[in-house]
Parts: sequence; structure tokens; C-alpha cells
Amino acid sequence: MAKEINLPRVLIVDDEPAIQRFLKTALSQDEFALFQAENGRAALSAVVTTKPDVILLDLGLPDLDGVEVIKRIRQWSQVPIIVLSVRDRETDKVKALDAGADDYLTKPFGVGELLARIRVVLRRSLQAQPEPVFRIDELEVDLARRLVLLRNEAVALTPTEYELLRLLVTNAGKVLTHRQVLKQIWGSAYLEQPHVLRVNISNLRHKLETDASRPRYILTESGVGYRFKGEA
Amino acid sequence: MLKAARAEEMGKQRGRLKIFLGYAAGVGKTYTMLEAAQQQRAEGHDVVAAYVESHGRAETDALLAGIETVAKAQYQHQGVLLTELDLDATLARKAELVLVDELAHTNAPGCRHEKRWQDIEEILAAGIDVYTTVNVQHFESLNDIVAQITGIPVRETVPDSLLDQAAEIMLVDIPPEALLQRLRQGKVYVPEQAAWAAKKFFRPGNLIALRELALRRTAARVDDEMRTYMETQSIPGPWPVTERLLVCASGSPFSEQLIRTTRRLADELKAQWFTVYIETPSLARQQQENRERIWHDLRLAESLGAEVATITASSVAEAIIDYAVRHNVTRIVVGKPTKSRWRELVRPPIVDQIIRLSGSIHVHVVSFKQDSGAPKQPEKPAKGSSWFEYLISLALVAAATLLSSLLRPYLSPINMVMVYLLAVVLAAVRFGLKPAILTAALGVLAFDFFFILPRWSFTVADTEYIFTFFGLFIVGVVISSLVAKAKDRTEALRERELQTESLYYLSRDLAAAVDMESILAAVMKNISETLQAQLAVLVPQGEQMQVAASSKALALDIKELAVADWAFRNRRLAGRGTETLSSAELLYLPLQTSGYAFGVLAIKLSHTSDFFSPHNRRLLDAFVAQVGLAMERVHLAQQAEQAQVLQARETLERALLNSISHDLRTPLVSIIGALSSLRDSNQQINAARRQDLLNGAWDEAERLNRFVGNLLDMTRLEAGELRVNIEPSDVQDLIGCALAALDQKLEGRDVSVQLMEGLPLVAMDMVLMNQVLINLLDNALKYSPFESPIAICAQTNAHFLTLEVLDRGPGVPEADLQRVFDKFYRLPVPEGVNGTGLGLSICKGIVEAHQGEIRAENRSGGGLRITCQIPL
Repeated sequence: MAKEINLPRVLIVDDEPAIQRFLKTALSQDEFALFQAENGRAALSAVVTTKPDVILLDLGLPDLDGVEVIKRIRQWSQVPIIVLSVRDRETDKVKALDAGADDYLTKPFGVGELLARIRVVLRRSLQAQPEPVFRIDELEVDLARRLVLLRNEAVALTPTEYELLRLLVTNAGKVLTHRQVLKQIWGSAYLEQPHVLRVNISNLRHKLETDASRPRYILTESGVGYRFKGEA
Repeated sequence: MLKAARAEEMGKQRGRLKIFLGYAAGVGKTYTMLEAAQQQRAEGHDVVAAYVESHGRAETDALLAGIETVAKAQYQHQGVLLTELDLDATLARKAELVLVDELAHTNAPGCRHEKRWQDIEEILAAGIDVYTTVNVQHFESLNDIVAQITGIPVRETVPDSLLDQAAEIMLVDIPPEALLQRLRQGKVYVPEQAAWAAKKFFRPGNLIALRELALRRTAARVDDEMRTYMETQSIPGPWPVTERLLVCASGSPFSEQLIRTTRRLADELKAQWFTVYIETPSLARQQQENRERIWHDLRLAESLGAEVATITASSVAEAIIDYAVRHNVTRIVVGKPTKSRWRELVRPPIVDQIIRLSGSIHVHVVSFKQDSGAPKQPEKPAKGSSWFEYLISLALVAAATLLSSLLRPYLSPINMVMVYLLAVVLAAVRFGLKPAILTAALGVLAFDFFFILPRWSFTVADTEYIFTFFGLFIVGVVISSLVAKAKDRTEALRERELQTESLYYLSRDLAAAVDMESILAAVMKNISETLQAQLAVLVPQGEQMQVAASSKALALDIKELAVADWAFRNRRLAGRGTETLSSAELLYLPLQTSGYAFGVLAIKLSHTSDFFSPHNRRLLDAFVAQVGLAMERVHLAQQAEQAQVLQARETLERALLNSISHDLRTPLVSIIGALSSLRDSNQQINAARRQDLLNGAWDEAERLNRFVGNLLDMTRLEAGELRVNIEPSDVQDLIGCALAALDQKLEGRDVSVQLMEGLPLVAMDMVLMNQVLINLLDNALKYSPFESPIAICAQTNAHFLTLEVLDRGPGVPEADLQRVFDKFYRLPVPEGVNGTGLGLSICKGIVEAHQGEIRAENRSGGGLRITCQIPL
């Protein structure tokens, strides 16, 4: 019993019994403590009673709009939320992310992908302070010294490019919407100027990626935003 | 034979009419009808009484018991509440057999039809059987005989054709003495106000005569039936040569009698009969009243069963003979002339002309009883302009006199006659016959007064001048009439010419019309121009008639629409100038052919009288026939086209169904198969095989997912629900995304990306264009050998972004290069390749949503190149 208490608590919010069943099987009982809610209101009360460590939230709920559920939770809790949604609803995903969701998964998805996303958000929420030095493959970003090394060679970045990279690596593994990036780097005035972001991402890729047409570090989430490659 | 077949066929479609025929009120028609109705009911038929008047007789009331009654309609007319047959309710009830008393009844104003027999016609047309009652004196052809016998005119008449059409006639007969007995006992219903007339009517003599009429009418009918039977059964018999009768309607007060007489004669002779109206130019100018009477005559003839025609000609007699010869007429019926003898000297009566020209055709000359009842020849009021014309005559004579007096020194008096003749000719040419004759007469007087010795007096010294006067007058009259006739003929010709021309223009425009719009345009233009009328074309829209086209100032209210609706449904004329719903503002003519009814032409002529003019009606008939044919042609063409479209759609739907059932099922087969072997065989499967099964199921699940995605995309594209969210996008990023999405499939493949240096951001929907690129790459991967290279090129010029995906596969047959973008088009491809046939058509839809263009071409050296161009 004592062991169970320490397991990460996962709240699954979905009205489809088949999906509930699949998620329950996929997320091993040995690894996670699972809770369920069939609709938005049940989800809101379950957040209070079960105090989950992560929420898997389907956007298409029978009673409340998924985005509305996120907004209400965010009024008092920073619990990580992973949104589950079907393809072609990019705007819904963006709305959910802008409302405070941490990540999203497109249905249908594989279990490996789901577990990876859960781990990323769990790790991020446990980690109080970002590590001063971020390392992945051949890239090293020393946040304390504002230094970027590729294959141990310093890369010259403009201040904006550095800020952009810093934002991406401190959120590595997590998707950032265009609006979120624009707001943090350029401020609210630039929210409707997506091309500055495109140009800077393109420049960053040319400086960091071996083949800018097949990026390894800065990944595009089509129609949503960008995701920096998480640790394997 | 044919007649019998037609009658039988008609009997099937229409309801059957059974007439209970009596010779007077009180013989027990209603009673007999109800008895028969009860019998039908007992046999299980659905019988309703739409209008039965028991007049409070208990035994009749008793017979009504158990028969459902349709509530009567009520009409308020001049403060009196009138109850009438509710036609709509009766039709809606859809009974098998409907009972309607009093066939000859005249409906209250405001009813759909003027007469009850028209209501019955409509009920019959709806396929419902009808039992009805009528007295013999109400039949059109017997109307005047009865009036002669009884001295009481019968106003409520029904056409004889109804009697001919009836499937069965039942004579309800009691001896006159018994009827009189019943009358004395108060068993016969007589309306109070008619008590006096009834007294006069119910006299033994009258009753006996009427009874004989009824018996004879029924017997004739029986005879007819037997003849028809013998004919159909090919029973040989001495059949007389078919007689054909012709009568000419003239609009004279006796015309009606003449027509009735002809009908009786035709009946006796078992002959077919015709009624013609010969419109001569001078008659064409006749007054409206007369025209209306002609129109009435023709309608009467039609209702009596004649074939009716209107002919324009300059000579009545010649036209009649011509028509008679062409129609193999054996007898011509004409009226005895009533004109005085001296006029006959001037112009021989038409009868004489006909007799002279008739050859082998018999001519029957009928005399009329000039009684007070017949309408008098209308006195012709002077035309408004005639004063002016006669003044002109006077002026012309004055001018001639002045000229003659000026010429007097140089001319002998005899030659002055020429000057007066000149005046006569001028009057004839400019003002017609009468002013010319007046001019001739005045001329004679003036000539005598001013120039013949002794001058300034009408006395003549030299009696030779009397001859001169006669000469002047006769020559004047002859010239006038010749000129006037020539002028009339020219006018008639011009009118004909105009008609022919307008018909020609209409038919030309209609022939060029390929759709309803152009037909309507042709109708609006030609008909309104020719008749100077306002008009509208109404077509059925669901349950109602809707105006498809109309003249600007014309608005149709609900009442008018109801008339249009009636005309359309019953496929008959209605409205102004007809007998049906004649209170309407407009005349409604159904636009139809033998097969279909397409709509109704509503027309508002400028003058009330125009509605009755045979000339206009003939022209309108020709117009609507033309329009009906044109509409039928367009309708048939549309049907053919629709059938084609439908077939194309069906083919597509079949392809879609095939594709869906195939593409959805195939993956499921593998998935379910793999899962079942894993579930059912417990531990017996080794690890490698297990992995195989799982991989297979996984691949198929992915394929299924892709297919569903494609189907959804396609549906969105087709439903027009695709929203293009255009943002400046990085083309390299776009390509990167597509490559990332196909990461697994690309493993081991040689894919090169060639980007133009300094590629700008391009406005497009990243998500959708990503889909395009994924589909194109996916195809390239599928259809080209594993070891062959695939290239993606992107470049821009001043106007376009050009994206190309190139492979070294087998390419596409040249003929199919366009079709690859069609839905469900699939190349006959190597084994193991499975596409949905939707990928490229989705690409096309998305690229076109960007106002771009996509095309396929075969590369030199083999392989396919798909090029997308998106405007910058």
C-alpha cells in the first residue's frame, strides 16, 4: 500500500468507454495510480478529490468544452494537462495549449508516445529549477554563460535567436504554440506577426541543424507550434 | 371500333356517370337514385352523398339513412345564404361513388364552376363514379323544343355530350296521370315562387310530350349502344354511309336555333357535325356584341358535340363550300334568308350562293319561327367617328362642286360627273363604303342642283340627265364597294400576316431556347408584344403554382393563383372569358402537350372584349400549343441530362462504396485476424511469429487510419467546409514536416531536397499543404522501386511558388495524366501497393483552394513529376 501512494496519480477524462479501457490497460497499474472521469464536471471535482499528478483530457466532452475545463483548472492548479484530440482540429489544440495545457496527443496514438509525454510533463513538474546546462546529442546550451556549443564549437547567435533557443530548450519535449513563443520573446505586440518567428526559427535551424530540411532538434508541430527534441 | 375502345378506356380512367333521367319533377328520380345507391352500399361500395335534396319527403329521407353526407358549402349572395355542392371536400373524400342531385343546377356566384355539371365533370375526371338526376328538358338540344311545347323557357341547360358520355342512363318513368295525382297530393316539390309556372307546366299535354321526349332520347341511346356493340362485335349489317353535317354560325339571332336544329338532325342521321364561323374582313370589324354572340354560338355548338372551326375568308359561301369539301361533308344546314327581297337584288343571299356552289352536297334550308323570345338584330349605333366621316362626304361634294364650277366654262356638264366620281373614289379609299355611297348620293343631288338646267333647282329640263344621275350613282356605289372590299381584304391580309409573323417569331425564339428561362423570355417578349397584353407564366412548385415570369405591373393575388391552379390541374381553360371561374381578372391557359402539363399562361388583355374574341383565342391557342411543345422538348432534354448526371453520380457512388468497403475491410481483416490468433492460441505462438502478426496488424491499423483521414478530408473538401488558414510559411519547414511525418517509410530511401537559395516565406495553409506534400511523397514512395531516387524541388519566381515531387517509377499512361486527379482513380499498379484513390484528388482540392494549380507529367527518362503552383 505504501508503495502505491508514491505512484504518479493519473486522471483520465474521456467519455468513450473503449478509450478508457485502452488507457487503463496501456498505463500499467504498477507504474501509475489511475482515476477516471466521464465528463467535464466529474473531471473538475475529481481534480479536487484525487489530486492527480497529471491529467489526460479528451477535448470532445459531452457536457463542457475541453478548453473550458482547462481554464477552470488553471484558475487554481498548475497540474500538468495532456490533451487528447483527433487530427484536423489544430485550432482546438492551439486553444487548449494557449489556455494552459502542457501538451497534446493526436488520436490515434501509440502507447510509447503517450508514456513519453507523461514522463516529460512529470519530470518538468518535479524539477524545480531548470538545469544550468542543457545537453542533447551534439548540442550543448550553457544557460548560465549564454553559450551554445555544437560539436564542441561555439555557435554565433543573435540575441533574439539565443532567447528563442533558451525558451525552446528550457521547455524541451513540450510543445510551444506560436502565440506562446511570440509573446515570450517579442511581447504581445507581435502576436499577429508570425513571420518573425518563422524567419528566426529558419535561421536557428540553419545554424544548428545538419540538414535544415530534416531538422533533428527544432521540430515543427504543423499548425500548432514548435517542440524542442526531448531527452531520449 | 376505335370509338368503343376509347369509350372503354375513358371509362377506366374517369369515373362512370349514371344519369337518372326523368321527364318532370316528381317522377321519383332522387328516390330511384338513392335506391340504387343503397344497393351499391350493400354490395360493399364506398358511397357518399355530395348533394341530395329530399325536399322534406320522408321516404327519400329514409333512403338517405346510412349514406355518408359531405357537408355542403355555403355562399352568401346578395344577402341570401345559398348552399352548394362542396367540390373540394367531395374530391378530398375520394369515395368510390358520389351522389349528386340535379345535374342541371346553376351554381351560386363564387363557386368554382358556373354549372353543376362542370362540378360533376371534375369529380368524374378524378376517377370517381357519379350518380346524378336530371329532367329531359334540360338537355341543350331539346331546350328549344321544350320551350315550344311548354311555353316556358328553360334556362338551366346541360350539354348533350354529357348524356352521350354517361356510362348508363336510367329512365325514371311514371304515367302522367300518376304524376298529376302525386302533384295533387302535394308529393311533388314545387318551389313557391314557381307555383304559377308549375301550374302552367304540369298540364297533361305537356307531360305527355315531355315523356315522349325522354323515352325517345333514351331509346336513341339504347339504339346507339346496340350499334356500337354490333360494330365492335363485327356483326355485319347494312350501315349507312356516314353523314357529315355542316352548319355556319353567323352571330345572327337565329344562329342558335340553327345550331340546335343541326344537332337534332345529326342525331337522327347518326352523323358527325361541324360548326364553322367564317370571319370576313367586314365581319371582323363588327361590333363587340355581335362577336360575343358568335363566340357564344361556337361554344354552344361545341357543348352540343360539334367540331368547331373559325376560318378567315373574304367570301362566306366559298369558304363554307371549301370547308365542306375538305371535310367530306354531305349536308349543309343553312337558315332561310330573312332579308327583304330588294336587298337580294343588290346582293344574292349567301343561301343562293351556297346552293349554286354546293355540287353534290345536300343543302337543308331551315326556316325560323320569328317569335318574341328571339333576340332582335341589334341596332347598330352610329360610330363615334361617323359624324366626322359624313361631314367629310359633304366637304368632298362641296369641293367637287367648287371645282366643277371653276371648270364650268371649259367642260360640258356630262364631264363634270367625272369630278364627282373622283370625290366618291376618294371617300371610298379614305373612309369606307358608307361615306362613299353618301358622297355618290350627295354628288348626284349637287350635280343636279348646281349644274343641270334649270340651275339652282332639282328639277331637270332634259330627261336624258336622269340617266346620267343613275349612271353616276350606280358607278359611284360599285366603285365604292369594290374599293372598300379591296381595302378590307388588304386589312385582313395584313392582320393574318401579322399573326403569322408573330407565330413565326415565337416559334423561332422557342426553337432556339435550350432551357426554361429562354422559353419564358421568348413567351414574355413575343406574346405580350403581339397581343399588347400583360401576362405571366406560372409553373408548379411543390403543391402550389408559382410565377416563373411575369409582366412588370402584373401581380396575382391568392384568388388568381387558385384559378391558375385549377387550370393546371384540370388541364383546361379557366378564368375570364371562360365558363370556369370567370370572375377572375385574367385568362388562364394550360401549357401542355398530350403527355405533360408544364404550367399555365395567365394573360390580361387590354379590353374585356378581347377575352371573347375568337381571333385572340385562336392566336392564343396557337401560342400555348407552341410553348407547350417547346417546354416538352426542354423537359425531355433535361430529363435525359439528369439521367446522365445521375448515372455518372451512381458510377461514382458505386466506386466510393467499393472503395470504402474494400479499403475499410481489408485492413480490418488483417487486424482482426492477427488479434484473434494472438487471443485464441495462448502460448503456442513463438516470439518471431508473434512479432510478425503484431507488425502486420500495426501496419494495417495505420493504413486504416490514413484512409479514414483521407475520406474525411475529401468529405470536407466536397462539402466546402475546408477553411484555408493562410499564413506566411517557411517552405523548408513545410518539407521538413512532411519528411518527418513519413519518417519510417523513408527509411532507406534516397530522397533529395532541392531548394532555391533565398526562398521567401509563402502565404499558405501549412497544415493543408503539408497534407499535399505527404500525399505526393507517399505516392512517389509507393509507385517507384525502392532503390530509385525521389526528389523534392521548390522554387519561386515573381508570381508562383513551384513545388515538385519527382520519382523514377513507371509514370502514368499519357491518356490518364488528367484522370489521376479524379476521385477513386487508381493506377494498375504493382502488387502490394494499396492506395485509396483519394490522395491526389485531395491534393487537387487543397491546391485549388489556394487558387493554385496541380498537374502531372511523365519525366523524360521515366518517372512521374507532379507540379504544384501556388500564387505568391
